[in-house]
Amino acid sequence: MSTATLRPDLALICDWIKPGSRILDLGCGDGELLAHLARTHQVTGYGLEIDPEKVASCVEQGINVIQADLDEGLKGFESQSFDYVVMTQALQALQRPDLAIEEILRVGRFGIVTFPNFGHWRVRMGLAQGHMPVTPTLNERWYDTPNIHLCSVDDFERLCEDIGWRILDRRMLNRSHREGWRIRLRPNLFGEVAMYLLQDKEPATDR
Amino acid sequence: MSGPYPADSVGLVQPFKVLIRHPLALDCGRTLPQHELMVETYGQLNAAHSNAILICHALSGDHHVAGFHEGDKKPGWWDNCVGPGKPIDTNRFFVVALNNLGGCRGSTGPNTINPETGKPWGPDFPLVTARDWVRSQALLADELGIPSWAAIIGGSLGGMQVMQWTIEFPERVRHACVIAAAPKISAQNIAFNEIARQAILSDPEFHGGHFYEQGVVPARGLKLARMLGHITYLSDEAMRAKFGRELKTAVPSYNFDVEFEVESYLRYQGQSFVDRFDANTYLIMTKALDYFDPAREYGNDLAAAFRRVSARFLVVAFSSDWRFSPQRSREIVKALVDAGRDVSYALIDSQLGHDDFLMPIPQYHRVLRGYLARVAQEVA
Repeated sequence: MSTATLRPDLALICDWIKPGSRILDLGCGDGELLAHLARTHQVTGYGLEIDPEKVASCVEQGINVIQADLDEGLKGFESQSFDYVVMTQALQALQRPDLAIEEILRVGRFGIVTFPNFGHWRVRMGLAQGHMPVTPTLNERWYDTPNIHLCSVDDFERLCEDIGWRILDRRMLNRSHREGWRIRLRPNLFGEVAMYLLQDKEPATDR
Repeated sequence: MSGPYPADSVGLVQPFKVLIRHPLALDCGRTLPQHELMVETYGQLNAAHSNAILICHALSGDHHVAGFHEGDKKPGWWDNCVGPGKPIDTNRFFVVALNNLGGCRGSTGPNTINPETGKPWGPDFPLVTARDWVRSQALLADELGIPSWAAIIGGSLGGMQVMQWTIEFPERVRHACVIAAAPKISAQNIAFNEIARQAILSDPEFHGGHFYEQGVVPARGLKLARMLGHITYLSDEAMRAKFGRELKTAVPSYNFDVEFEVESYLRYQGQSFVDRFDANTYLIMTKALDYFDPAREYGNDLAAAFRRVSARFLVVAFSSDWRFSPQRSREIVKALVDAGRDVSYALIDSQLGHDDFLMPIPQYHRVLRGYLARVAQEVA
């Protein structure tokens, strides 16, 4: 697999990751990101995945995968034991996204989180018409969607600010995972996928 | 069965004895000047001697893992997993299985003759540990010309030997498959073992372990020990599904004969165990389980023990296993992650309990097959 065929949002994540890092990929799927990063960035690490099919697929590809339920947290992982903890497109499906990010920033020196932006204009259109939106990015219906905690970019940044998590970088993409001028202008309205590079709040300074 | 054998069977197999002339210093402080191991192998060792897989057996297992012995109807204990085209593929790997030291299926153990006395060892046979087994298996590897194993695989007590191997001989294990195991057994597990031992030790026909000379076997004790074991190898759910509360007769007969199906099952399992197993070996095996704790000499830090390891790991657990629960496997995984070792962990959705590690569950076999296919590529 070359960079050309890597999912564009995953390719952007690669830009944030320093070579030789130790990575934990939460909800790693078939292990696409880890396999790519191992080849191009010499990273080591593990993927966490709940789906048995995908676990088997990772094993078949020689990717370190640990079968686990993200809703059970990262109890089995030591604090600050990874350089990056990555979670792509899974935040909105968790019981407590806030606690999940707390765990991500406890275990990783940096956290990378991506999610679908619920502030996108298509979503707003759906709601304005009195319906739960079904969009190309959020294509499940309200009763069968795994997404139980959707948020807009503004909501997410408000949470980061309230808790003190530091946003080191942000990328907004449309559904073909590209950045355009409209997105740069009004990210909460035109961005469909939000990507954040996060760091925990400043540790309490010594007196 | 006398052929033709199924196409995916290793077919007719012949065990053989290997004499280890090298002295073996045991954890208990005693030394065996030499010992014999009963061995079976399947498949062909390649020219580079790089495609060998060792299978470590559990509490009551032995060297007969796959294929058929002359005249037998039933194949070896893990035949569903070992053979041509099976997850442990004998077309690609040279598979070695043995009866551990202290066993009762042909290797030097309590029911063999102690050369110093000319009598069966009986209770004088040393209490061996998982580490003693691993050291004995390393001597066997020397005899067979195997400098390092492509993989070592084991379930339950077998999985514990796999871990011990990676710590004891890091340079001789490239891949470790640890199935339905634990980093050490719990107090509850030791308690089960203790009851099993007491059942044997208190049988009047045990004669302090010297029952061979008396021409008897402590059948009642061994049977009880095995009945207890079987309860712990099955889940509550599996027992309900398998036996329910079915009575063997239409109405209760108000006595202590076999009335419920589950009683009949346990008695049958207990009895057939007496016919094939040795009471002294059972005591040794349960003690080896109790003693196993590789972290002990690393300040009770399993991650510290794994830091010296170079093998890559596959850890597998079964959802219905309460004797060696998935949580215990996660402890192994955590220690490996903390030590920065390569590890994958699969939790297999299962019904039966601990016994599931011997079952051909599709997801289980898919994961094992997928893992070993990569190992085969590596050594080809």
